[in-house]
Amino acid sequence: MKFSRQGNSTVVFPVMPVVRSSACVVGPREGKGPLREGFDLIHEDTLAGRTSWEKAESLMLRQSLDIALAKAGLDETQIDFLLAGDLLNQIISANFMAREFDVPFIGLYGACSTMAEGLIIASMLVAGGFARNAALAVSSHHDTAERQYRYPTEFAYMRTPTSQWTVTAACSTVIGVTGDGPWIEGVTAGRVQDNGVTDANDMGSAMAPAFADTVWRHLQDMSRKPEDYDLILSGDLGKIGSLLARELLRKKGVDIEDRHRDAGLLIYEDRPEIGAGGSGCACSAAVFSAMVVPSMRRGELKRVLFVATGALHSPITCQQGESIPSIAHAVSLVWRSEEVKP
Amino acid sequence: MIYIRAFIVGGILCALAQVVLDSTKVNPAVIMVSAACTGAILSGLGLYGTLVSYAGAGAAVPLFGFGHTLVQGMMEDVAKEGWFGLFTGGFRASSAALTGAVVFGYLMAVLFNPKG
Amino acid sequence: MPRANTREKEAYRKLSIKASPPRSVLRNAVVAFLVGGAICLVGQIVLSWISSTGIGRVQALSRTQTIMVFLGAFFTGLGLYDKLGGVAGMGAAIPITGFANSIVSPAMEFKREGFVLGVSARMFQVAGPVIVYSFIASLLVSSAALILAR
Repeated sequence: MKFSRQGNSTVVFPVMPVVRSSACVVGPREGKGPLREGFDLIHEDTLAGRTSWEKAESLMLRQSLDIALAKAGLDETQIDFLLAGDLLNQIISANFMAREFDVPFIGLYGACSTMAEGLIIASMLVAGGFARNAALAVSSHHDTAERQYRYPTEFAYMRTPTSQWTVTAACSTVIGVTGDGPWIEGVTAGRVQDNGVTDANDMGSAMAPAFADTVWRHLQDMSRKPEDYDLILSGDLGKIGSLLARELLRKKGVDIEDRHRDAGLLIYEDRPEIGAGGSGCACSAAVFSAMVVPSMRRGELKRVLFVATGALHSPITCQQGESIPSIAHAVSLVWRSEEVKP
Repeated sequence: MIYIRAFIVGGILCALAQVVLDSTKVNPAVIMVSAACTGAILSGLGLYGTLVSYAGAGAAVPLFGFGHTLVQGMMEDVAKEGWFGLFTGGFRASSAALTGAVVFGYLMAVLFNPKG
Repeated sequence: MPRANTREKEAYRKLSIKASPPRSVLRNAVVAFLVGGAICLVGQIVLSWISSTGIGRVQALSRTQTIMVFLGAFFTGLGLYDKLGGVAGMGAAIPITGFANSIVSPAMEFKREGFVLGVSARMFQVAGPVIVYSFIASLLVSSAALILAR
């Protein structure tokens, strides 16, 4: 058997799977942010007309998948796998969304890295010939996450400057064999890293080592330099995590400074309540859908390394004083043209 | 002027709690617990009573005052009926605030929804 | 090694502190002072007004506390108190209005999970510890006073 692997831990696709479509449904705050033009549906209210935030999150997830399928011109009979995940216990938003679709379902949990985790699995399913099309949907919601991970939303406390604001959004994408692109040329799954950060309000610091590790291994495996990418997009490192990640990579002799942007810093205007930046599954996913895919289709970005980062903690383990394990998965996307060969 | 004293003393107590929060990075609930306990200790030392007579609501409204109220209640009942007052004084003295918290807390939860 | 050893953790902690913005301790303290002071001033106005009816000192104080609890609960219900807390931190949390906020916020939040295991079970999520520890502390302090008085 011939394996499609390169280096120690990177998978490269001889036949590249395609991003057929992507869609993003967001809440009001995101809808007023810098990427508002790129969203497909903006809700004026965080409840999205439902009776609870959990119901709203699940609804948004479903809407984003409906839009993504419509954009790709597909119906659910043409989708062989549905992959989805979110931040809530038992990934309920994803499970409740999945009962609306008559498609084999695989639930994912990778905290805020779920988008990249899903892209890795979906692209392997398609490239391996196991699926004609695989749909991926991820979501996060500020209010559902806040009440699960921190305090009730009306609790009067001051957010620390290192804390991040969970993005209220749901994003879906369809991966297939043919379509508009961009193409997925290779993926590097992350290893869980733990540098002993215990502050649940400082997830940027917790996740930076995972990001640095995955990016470094990806570049090693592909024998590339950061300059080979037009953009290295981290998921939700925020201000502090971005600084730390660049510093950690610099120590390994890799300078990503001019290529690196963070999705958590692209999605909102810089405001005090946002803290160090946006976070959540939908943070990287929203930037993927509203910025990365359209820019690549316009030919502005030729090759992008999409690295979503996740803090794999729970409120219980944090209260027990456990440190926060974290992970980062990398997906390398290309826009096929004369300059970039498949 | 009692209003100015209330403002300044109340403000200082809150500012102190804020400085402790910022320098220790513990969570706000721990600070609230510590404030009430500190009030109890200061009350036992006879200091908090003085502060309440000096600053009125400035000392009675912050959570420190809650600890003070409990100690005062316990001491009064101990004076009246001996050691068993330790078991009756606390709730007697704080009954108004606690009942208010339960009743209004429940009422507001029924009337309003969280805005997020 | 995915899991850092003690030395690496310590080095990383230092790096992380260097990258983090310093907490604006002074600014936060000033805002907490102003907001906390203002809430106590409101309390004092209520206290003076109640005292003017000629009621006893202890009763006046406990009525003031109850009214402040009501105000805290009400403004939490309106969705305004958490905004104040976001700016003023302990300036909003330490006055007894903040105690009321800590009761109403989870009660309201968990209404969607029902009135028994939602609202009432969650009500004392933060206020519960405050009550428990202040009772224990007061009991210890009063017992000590009792023993020393013998």
